[in-house]
Amino acid sequence: MTLSEFLRPFEFEFFRNGLAVATIAGALCGMIGVYVVLRGMSYIGHGLSHAIFGGFAASALIGVNVFVGAGIWGLASALMISRVTRRRSIGSDAAIGVITTASFALGLALIQVFGSPGRNPDAVLFGNVLGVSRGDVWMVIGVTIFAAAVIFLQYRPLLFSTFDPEVAAASGVKTARMDALLMLVLALSILATMNVMGVTLIAAGVVIPAVVARLLTNSFARMLPLATIIGAFCGFTGMIGSYHLDIASGPTIVLTGAVLFTSVYALTARNRTRSPASPDTRAGSLSPV
Amino acid sequence: MSPAAPLISIDRVTCAYGGDPVLVNVSLDVRQEDFIGVVGPSGSGKTTLLRALLGTVAPVAGTVRRQKGLSVAYVPQVETIDWNFPITVSECVLVGRAGGRIVPWPSRAERAEVAGVLDRLGIASLQNRHIRELSGGQQQRVFVARALVRRPQLLLMDEPTSGVDLTTRHEVLHLLDDLNRDGLSILLTTHDLNGIAAHLPTLVCLNQEVIGVGAPKDVLTPEVLEATYGARMEVLQHAGIPVILDPYDRSNVVPIKAVHSHPR
Repeated sequence: MTLSEFLRPFEFEFFRNGLAVATIAGALCGMIGVYVVLRGMSYIGHGLSHAIFGGFAASALIGVNVFVGAGIWGLASALMISRVTRRRSIGSDAAIGVITTASFALGLALIQVFGSPGRNPDAVLFGNVLGVSRGDVWMVIGVTIFAAAVIFLQYRPLLFSTFDPEVAAASGVKTARMDALLMLVLALSILATMNVMGVTLIAAGVVIPAVVARLLTNSFARMLPLATIIGAFCGFTGMIGSYHLDIASGPTIVLTGAVLFTSVYALTARNRTRSPASPDTRAGSLSPV
Repeated sequence: MSPAAPLISIDRVTCAYGGDPVLVNVSLDVRQEDFIGVVGPSGSGKTTLLRALLGTVAPVAGTVRRQKGLSVAYVPQVETIDWNFPITVSECVLVGRAGGRIVPWPSRAERAEVAGVLDRLGIASLQNRHIRELSGGQQQRVFVARALVRRPQLLLMDEPTSGVDLTTRHEVLHLLDDLNRDGLSILLTTHDLNGIAAHLPTLVCLNQEVIGVGAPKDVLTPEVLEATYGARMEVLQHAGIPVILDPYDRSNVVPIKAVHSHPR
């Protein structure tokens, strides 16, 4: 492939829009992913993106703005998960499995019966560079600024409630408010990025950059920007790969992340085996200083 | 206990998590410069008592009164900590100031304060280490440091020596004694009757209700211990400190061979 062939997609506005959205969306997913991964919420991210597909189908059908309808649907699903989980006999993973897959199935059924006026369901499922408009670019920018502002202004309470929620609550941090804020940012991020990543693959876009960053650092303050940069890199590289390989953007972005994860995992394997006292041995260990 | 007005006073408090009560009719005063240990079997309500004092569990009956503007800090059991969480010593201590600056990075004053607390606890050189890279005693010091940057008047600790070796236990006990001498009130829970409880000025024996309160020599008696733990224990005195003997009785144990040789 010559350089001119490689650069040819940059001549098209749709591609430039798609590249901008994929890069910013990757950064957004990477940034939010740090909290999702460290809170053990990867499955809820996966489930929420599937639930939102039901909202997408229903709002397209009744003529409501897709983002508003899917957003309300996603938040309602999150609240239902929280409510069902309060029954001690049902774990949160089971509640997520029931509610979100039911919502996803409803979306598929609605589309099969009534079709999907206005939006291509495949683009929502798997992501598509052609589905990205200038409005999508502004939406992703807006959500990214909002998410960054939340993280910037609530950095310590969010970190405290993620690391040690019981002590955070005892220290005056409004942990329930932090949880709700994070769910809101996650739902908005999924909505803003579903055109590029696709609802079936967003969870990987959220999780992989954070996991790669975790392999590279032991510091939260370094992990947050690192995951953001890795997410942006995966979005940028994946989108270029999407054009040249003629594959939907969601899979190429996720596969870029997967390759990066495999490489970093292999390169850091030696450090991990040399890592100091594991939690199991700490009680009796002497200082490694 | 000293006669000054209590920092926290709980009066006939009963706590429950939906079902049967975990704490029943418990009354306790914690005063300035107190150093109190709470002992009792698993499920006796020790952690719930800490939560009631912290205000994270609301009693179903009784009252909890705190001195106006009282600053309380809490150190959880180290077993509850996620040691794989990506956080360095200084980051961990700094989150104790979650109600401080809005911006993520610390001010010069906060950096100096964190450095001062770490220095006082003898872990200043470790501030860029990951928390998992520390010994048991150092890890406990990190979480005490996180509590101290809140400038508390009262420090509540849940099992500070759980799962640590003898050296670490001494290290933690000396550290807490020093902090208490500097004026910090401390209330901790412990399972360690000989290693920790017997060395504290005041003990509370708890089994859902308060069985006994007082100096170790007054409450670590066979009668109070039997009422608390439901097992008869022998208590000796060594250099003025009670020593509780393990009530384990070999004669009650069925040999393994005998069990295996039982006909079906």
